[in-house]
Amino acid sequence: MQPTDIRNPDYFHRVVDCQWGCPAHTDVPEYIRLIAQGRYADAYMLNRQSNVFPAILGRVCDRPCEPACRRGRVEDKPVAICRLKRVAADLRGDIDHRLPQAPDEKNGKRVALIGAGCASLTVANDLAPLGYELVMYELLDKPGGLMRSNIPAFRLPVEVLDEEMDQILRMGIDLRLGQGVASMKDLLDNGGYDAVFVGTGAPKGKELNLPGRHDTQSVHIGIEWLESVAFGHLDSIGERVLIIGVGNTAMDCCRTSLRLGAKDVKVMARKPRGFFKASDWELEDAEEERVEIVVNHSPKEFVVEGGKLKGMVFELMEYDIDEAGKIAASRVAGEQFIPCDEVILAIGQDTAFPWVERDIGIEFDQWEVPVVDRVTYQSTRAGVFFGGDAAFGPENIIWAVEHGHQAAISIHKHCQGEPIAERMPAGMNLLAAKMGIHEWSYSNDYDAASRRAMQHMSLEKRFRKLDIEVELGFTPEQAAREAERCLNCDIQTVFEAPLCIECDACVDICPVHCLTIAPNGEEEELRERLTAPARNLDQPLYVSAELPQTGRVMVKDEDLCVHCGLCAERCPTAAWDMQKSELLVPYARHEATARPPMGSARRKEPQFDEGAGQVRSAA
Amino acid sequence: MSYIARPKVSHPALARNDLGLTMRDYEGGMSTLCAGCGHDSITGSLIQAVFELSIPPHRMAKLSGIGCSSKTPAYFASSSHGFNSVHGRMPSVATGAAAVNGDLQYIGVSGDGDSLSIGIGQFVHAMRRNLNMLYLIEDNGVYGLTKGQFSASADAGSTAKRGEVNEQPAIDPCLLAIAAGCGFVARGFSGDRAQLVPLLKAGLSHRGFAMIDVISPCVTFNDHEGSTKSYRFTRENAFPIDHTDFIPPEAEIKADIGRGESQRVELHGGGSILLRKLAREYDIGDRGEAYRYLDARQGKGEVVTGLLFLQEGGADMHELSRLGETPLADLPYGRLCPGPDALAELQNRLR
Repeated sequence: MQPTDIRNPDYFHRVVDCQWGCPAHTDVPEYIRLIAQGRYADAYMLNRQSNVFPAILGRVCDRPCEPACRRGRVEDKPVAICRLKRVAADLRGDIDHRLPQAPDEKNGKRVALIGAGCASLTVANDLAPLGYELVMYELLDKPGGLMRSNIPAFRLPVEVLDEEMDQILRMGIDLRLGQGVASMKDLLDNGGYDAVFVGTGAPKGKELNLPGRHDTQSVHIGIEWLESVAFGHLDSIGERVLIIGVGNTAMDCCRTSLRLGAKDVKVMARKPRGFFKASDWELEDAEEERVEIVVNHSPKEFVVEGGKLKGMVFELMEYDIDEAGKIAASRVAGEQFIPCDEVILAIGQDTAFPWVERDIGIEFDQWEVPVVDRVTYQSTRAGVFFGGDAAFGPENIIWAVEHGHQAAISIHKHCQGEPIAERMPAGMNLLAAKMGIHEWSYSNDYDAASRRAMQHMSLEKRFRKLDIEVELGFTPEQAAREAERCLNCDIQTVFEAPLCIECDACVDICPVHCLTIAPNGEEEELRERLTAPARNLDQPLYVSAELPQTGRVMVKDEDLCVHCGLCAERCPTAAWDMQKSELLVPYARHEATARPPMGSARRKEPQFDEGAGQVRSAA
Repeated sequence: MSYIARPKVSHPALARNDLGLTMRDYEGGMSTLCAGCGHDSITGSLIQAVFELSIPPHRMAKLSGIGCSSKTPAYFASSSHGFNSVHGRMPSVATGAAAVNGDLQYIGVSGDGDSLSIGIGQFVHAMRRNLNMLYLIEDNGVYGLTKGQFSASADAGSTAKRGEVNEQPAIDPCLLAIAAGCGFVARGFSGDRAQLVPLLKAGLSHRGFAMIDVISPCVTFNDHEGSTKSYRFTRENAFPIDHTDFIPPEAEIKADIGRGESQRVELHGGGSILLRKLAREYDIGDRGEAYRYLDARQGKGEVVTGLLFLQEGGADMHELSRLGETPLADLPYGRLCPGPDALAELQNRLR
């Protein structure tokens, strides 16, 4: 194998599994260390840089970081990254003076943001401080998009949502509530905007056209039903409710039903467990509330008598699962009638653009999804950008935030007449972590503690009102304990081949057998020759240059490294060293000043989020 | 040395031996030797060897004298028996232990000071007695604990870290062992684990005294330009004369057998070894030739490594002294302590 090029920022970024897994590349290990030090406000601000909504995401993020977490491979449970984020938000204190502010003097460019959801808000967050005049159109009476209409208040309290949206909206965003855009053509022709961003989400719930569907008023589309509840238009439901579908929306529907008075709620799944779309933790939370999840039931028809829903007929499914765990064959083994009073359909959602004319240069593909560039988020019409669920179909909040950041860069470049595809590359800092002979700038000992359980509001109390938050958050003590579980994957093992005397000290001391000194070879074969075979092909091998004395190479399997630093402590020549990697992600403000991000060496960087607000250079 | 202990977390796919143990089950305490010490690498090889041989930890006894090397038993197999004895007196303690319990696997770890200076008499007599044990000399050519003076194995002409030249000739433990009648004589290098681990396994399976001199660079005092026991010098001048593979008793033999240069030797302690000649020009069982060959090669500054001399079937201490096979610990109390009448009878016989 060729020696690993650690100068490529992607190499060490990939070792930080959580950050690599996060669409917005949140610097997870660093904010966890800040939490461990009790620096909650700093942890909040660091989060805010990349994910903009730490308090919201600390409750409802889809957390792609957690399945990626190395701790989950070393033992079974990942670090509770998401809930630690919430701790930073809960305990941050007053940070208003550190938030970005819009300059009094505008730059003369006007941008329309359609939809007041997470994607548009992120664009606003990035562009308002640069002097853009931003007009945000929202069809509903309140901003927030799906965060308000689809996520129930018992998971995301309205105050939390309002507070973080207000951090952005107060920068002089011209928010036009109750004003959807009826015609894109009209907006483009007569709006006087230099750029338009579409962040209208995926607002159309999928239909289930089975016999009887439209013979009753008791069948609802999940996201529309949730919206009616969120806006107070609906406050009751029948006693027996069936939820069709087993995604995260289904989980919100079943739990909301319980709070509106349903006594018997069943979630009907077509497939067996393991094939559900809902996140494991959302399933757990629903089952804790005694929702019954019924598997292998495929809807066949609605049974309606005299306009009144009596129940549904389901086909009982049987599946053959192959060795790879996939469904190889399915068949119908019978039918079953299940009585109910109401049915909620939660089987997916789509984008909808009836208001975008098809002859104005904005192309759509065969599924009526706009053609959008994956890097610039520009549509086929220059100056029109899409982000969030509107761009590529339903994803989640954290993806929408990342789309927003990238679209903001494009919008800025478009407005300034710069080529939007020429973007500042990400950078990487490596900083010494050594503080003394056996001292490192992080807590390097492995803490065997198991994952802290989140405490929940008691079952007796939580159903009394619709907006009683179920999760109580971690206490500072629980957070400190959980923070110690983080393996500090950003404190990288960095190897200097010319210094190595091949004494094997590092190989022997490594608790997880990830180091080997061996003759070089092809990757496939080398992976089998290591101290412990490296069979997780998703994780790279770090291969050194030839070692001076024997010409062999040092190979590190990154898979299970617990970043304890013992290789570096044991190395007599400091060939191994622990260095903190810091990913430098450019945002619109960096493009605006043409100064790349500098991270911890940020003394000369214009600061929005570290100091007193306005663009300024620290002295 | 390190301040934090080696974390208890381990690789989930770690291999298990016949006893269901992993390598980590054969670990000991954290080493307090200098970072990069050859001794730690030998510890690593020992752990690998006893793990691969599936030796139950409670059937091993680790013994040592005094010195950096003699700290080794603390760093592996913490659930085994251990005895850290007086300087140079480990062979006596090992003799006593082996006499009363011949069933344990004895591993003595000594150094060039402990075995070739203060303890040379004990070392030679242990070989003469043919004590059934593996005896390692972690050989770095200096007294590390007292800040790097020349030891008895330092080569004439080599220099100390500060520049003084050693003018006295070295005692070569391998030549000494061959001369003293030892039946298993080998030399390894801490930095060549592929060679050392099979030698350790063969030595553990040899019945009688197995002496392995392991060149083990002192990273603090003797890893410099003028040293002949540094990592670099040893790598450049090592002269492996054969390759040893240890073959467990039941294993099928596939490697190299039948080729002219290979030789299979049954070990009386179980299993066999397969010797592949690399450069050896003499019969491994010929004491005189082995001595002459080694002496000549080493005169040219080469560090001859590998299994140097092997003589199976010699009577060990138990046979020579006609000791009982049953360990004293396993004797019923009545036989171990026959009572006042038996004592009186014995005394009467001596009157």
